[in-house]
Amino acid sequence: MNPKSANVGIVIVSHSPLVAEGAADMVRQMVGDCVPLAWSGGNAEGGLGTHAAGIRAAIEKAWSDAGVAVFVDLGGAETNSEMAIEMLGEPRSGRVIICDAPLVEGAVMAAAEASGGAALARVVATAEELSP
Amino acid sequence: MVVVAHAALIGGLIEACREVIAANADHLSELDRAIGDGDHGTNMRRGLEAVYADRNRLAHLPLPNALQEIGLALVMSVGGAAGPLYGTLLMETGRQLAGPDGQIEFARALELAIEAVARRGRASPGDKTLLDVLYPVHAEVVRRAGLTGIAEEAERAASLTFGMRAMRGRAAFLGDRSVGHVDPGARSCALLTVAICRFLEEQRPA
Repeated sequence: MNPKSANVGIVIVSHSPLVAEGAADMVRQMVGDCVPLAWSGGNAEGGLGTHAAGIRAAIEKAWSDAGVAVFVDLGGAETNSEMAIEMLGEPRSGRVIICDAPLVEGAVMAAAEASGGAALARVVATAEELSP
Repeated sequence: MVVVAHAALIGGLIEACREVIAANADHLSELDRAIGDGDHGTNMRRGLEAVYADRNRLAHLPLPNALQEIGLALVMSVGGAAGPLYGTLLMETGRQLAGPDGQIEFARALELAIEAVARRGRASPGDKTLLDVLYPVHAEVVRRAGLTGIAEEAERAASLTFGMRAMRGRAAFLGDRSVGHVDPGARSCALLTVAICRFLEEQRPA
């Protein structure tokens, strides 16, 4: 995949590895391989939780020069995602956005938008329209 | 001489923190089971063990670098929300101490670091978080209260979270049901503060 022309990437972060993988699987079924996609779930020991190193690895995996939209479930997932994004350093950290949207629906809607080549802001806006 | 003493100090602090968390990990997880997801003790122990395993290298770094690297190690290993919060506290303190002027007072560096923690967690005093220990501890540091005074204030401040209603973190989902439990993050913060103060007190020449 040529990162210069790639679509916006999607990263799913959940406290549960099963939820993260399941949501990613759902996205994959819906939009196929045209969207860079990765997930991180569980703590460093594989139990329930989130951790910054795993999230950072997922962002690297789903990296696209068009940017990456991140979907999180509960508090720690968001805090750890922020930390992971900062660790990427400028300018890449500026191209990753944590969406204020439901994890599953948000990721699917964002991926659908991203698969059409939409810009990061558009992808994020589409997902965030789902939030009340 | 100076290098040895410095390394012993950092190494000793790491050891003291690791010890107090190991001894209280079950208690912290129990507090977290009441109003969170029950893993604060386990998470903190994993983090402090990771730092402890690397203590020989860390102890020989200049203090600002040691703080930054310990903070990063906590972020990478603790997980949960506590990893980024404690990580930010140490990394920012170290970053401030390493600043261009190199003249910043410890109390000021700590203040800026606590502000960074508050931004990271989007929390304020009274929200029933570790900030409810950090702010009073900082106030005592500014007041030059002495190590015993700081330790006592940390304990007192953690106990006060018992009556607070959680506004941030998992406990916030419980609303009023979060009242009547000590916040696990505030508790671990007090335990660490007391362990640090006690260790430093022991280092004082008689």
